[in-house]
Amino acid sequence: MSTNIAIQARELSKRYHISALQRRQDTLRDAIMAALRTPFTKKSRDNKDQFIWALNGLSFDIPKGESVGIIGHNGAGKSTLLKILSRITRPTSGQADIYGRVGSLLEVGTGFHSELSGRENIFLNGAILGMSKATIDRKFDDIVGFAEVEKFIDTPVKRYSSGMYMRLAFSVAAFLEPDILLVDEVLAVGDLSFQKKCLGKLGEVAEEGRTVLFVSHNMPAIASLTRSCIWVERGKLREFGPTGEVIRHYTDTVTARQIETGQENLLLHPRARVLPREVEFSEIQLSSLDEDGGSLISSNFQEKQPVCIRIDFKVNKPISWLQLTLNIQTSDGRTVFSVLDPKHEVELKPGIYSSSVWLKPNYLRPGKYFCVLNVHTTILQDQINDAILFEIEHRSDGEEYTFWTSDARGLVRFDDYHWEPVKKI
Amino acid sequence: MSINPETTQHPVVIKIRPSAPIYALELDQIWEYRELLFFLIWRDVKVLYKQTLIGATWAIIQPVMTMVIFTIVFSRFAKVSSEGFPYPVFAYTALLPWQFFANSVNRSGQSLVSSSNLISKIYFPRLIIPISAAIAPIVDFSIAFVILIGMMFFYSIQPTWHLLTLPLFLFLAFLTALGVGLWASAMHVRYRDIGYAMPFVVQLWMYGSPVAYSMSTVTQNLSSFWQWVYSLNPIVAVVEGFRWALLGTTFPPITSVITSIAMVLVLLVSGLVFFKRTESSFADVI
Repeated sequence: MSTNIAIQARELSKRYHISALQRRQDTLRDAIMAALRTPFTKKSRDNKDQFIWALNGLSFDIPKGESVGIIGHNGAGKSTLLKILSRITRPTSGQADIYGRVGSLLEVGTGFHSELSGRENIFLNGAILGMSKATIDRKFDDIVGFAEVEKFIDTPVKRYSSGMYMRLAFSVAAFLEPDILLVDEVLAVGDLSFQKKCLGKLGEVAEEGRTVLFVSHNMPAIASLTRSCIWVERGKLREFGPTGEVIRHYTDTVTARQIETGQENLLLHPRARVLPREVEFSEIQLSSLDEDGGSLISSNFQEKQPVCIRIDFKVNKPISWLQLTLNIQTSDGRTVFSVLDPKHEVELKPGIYSSSVWLKPNYLRPGKYFCVLNVHTTILQDQINDAILFEIEHRSDGEEYTFWTSDARGLVRFDDYHWEPVKKI
Repeated sequence: MSINPETTQHPVVIKIRPSAPIYALELDQIWEYRELLFFLIWRDVKVLYKQTLIGATWAIIQPVMTMVIFTIVFSRFAKVSSEGFPYPVFAYTALLPWQFFANSVNRSGQSLVSSSNLISKIYFPRLIIPISAAIAPIVDFSIAFVILIGMMFFYSIQPTWHLLTLPLFLFLAFLTALGVGLWASAMHVRYRDIGYAMPFVVQLWMYGSPVAYSMSTVTQNLSSFWQWVYSLNPIVAVVEGFRWALLGTTFPPITSVITSIAMVLVLLVSGLVFFKRTESSFADVI
């Protein structure tokens, strides 16, 4: 085998029984009854509808030292791929060879025990992730320092705030030194500054010449951390190429699909969660005004249309204040601007709340944009990186080629200015 | 994947295939991951009596209270023979290995399901989980053993060289617990019935083992065939061995000891094979 390959996957497939997902034979009685029924229902076992192929013939080679992003819709098979590569589950068919030691980070804090102190959990979690005691001893101070929990290191982690808990959990994992690191969406933890720190740490890992596979919905993070990118769709490899290109093609179809399926009203998909949230997003909807001033739900807008972004969120526990942040990002991950919801200093009772922002017309230039959402109470409660994608289209009202149709003209249409030559000399 | 990345310089190739060869028990991985095994045992011990008022005293209360109840019921009312020894110490020498066995079986049987978060998120040899759970109760055993020493002083029972064989019988109890634990934990992943059945089965098992009574009480009226059937239960050899090593009762018939050991081996090997065969689906069904 070539020594320049880190991961070689050939026709990887993974089949799940739908029955295994939905009505599992959880008790012996069910199993016995199923066995008794089998003579009569044998045919139905061959029914293809009872299986789903989470992965369906995925092949690729990943060179040593390369950082590769993995993107795709929910249920496309990204997490299944990581589970197979990290040997948590076996493929149904196909094979993969991995050249080097693998460290996987599918969830931070796995194996933490709430009764144990921070110090004890560092050793326990380190051992679970495959670090030797000697290694942990050597890196102990760095881990604690990175997590910023020096004062509480001998306190049981059940007394930690959720932020401290997540920081400690990530820190242990960050000091793993495998040849190949598999990372699932683990960065949706902690506050924004800690997330930056985590991304920075992952970047360092990549620069040290390790191979990194990084699954995320966070396009900016993928764009900044990886050079090439795998796009998985319905268990198959859709595209494998330079990150910028793949992300552009991917985001193109996201808008296309949203329009196709009328998904302007996005009920948010279940997201990886580590701790129960006090506040979480439940729905996001884009709309504009039609000719008569009525609301028009869409994800495609004309430049001259105002865009309304309605955000619904669920409050699970009474809270004294919260703050929403909405970032509008380009599809390659640059933030155009941020909108802060004025802090709600009132007591919010559990329930579903709605908050709207209007983007003024003739402001965003044609292109595709992501809405990135955060909600904070005293800590970050919920964050969505690819909540929704929308497109601003060129004016279609017959306006001829103008200054604004060129790509080089910046991200926003800044036409509210006064610029007049004044004779100086 | 090595647990000790610094010391392994040779290139590692991980081959991922749809199924493992049938003979691959991969026991060498247990050695590779011995530090993790140690940490999981340490965790189980550390966490066991957290946030309790009397802590490790629980390890003493259980066998001592059982001994008191046995003394009242079996010695006072049922007048069970204790082969000439004071009944409390006679019962306690059997309760020690029994409690260890029962704790080991119960904990290792539940171990996979209670570690489901680990199994669905991290790779390491799954065997580590039931093994560590079966070893951890050794701490309770050691604490409860102190009481036995006190009782032997109290009843002035002189230990003999037999005492040196005690670890062997303890090891036999551990292997039995592990054999049952491997079967139970792997089945528990798919069938949660095991979780309900285990404590109940273990309870019945105690009454089928010579804990509250001596082996001879049962076997004296049995034909040699039925004596042999009785000793298919490996706990018979464990308990009788403990009494022989500590008190100097008569050694159980050698055939029944050999039967017990053979039975343990069967349990253990079949448990290992069953565990390894079902292992690959743990993450999918747990």
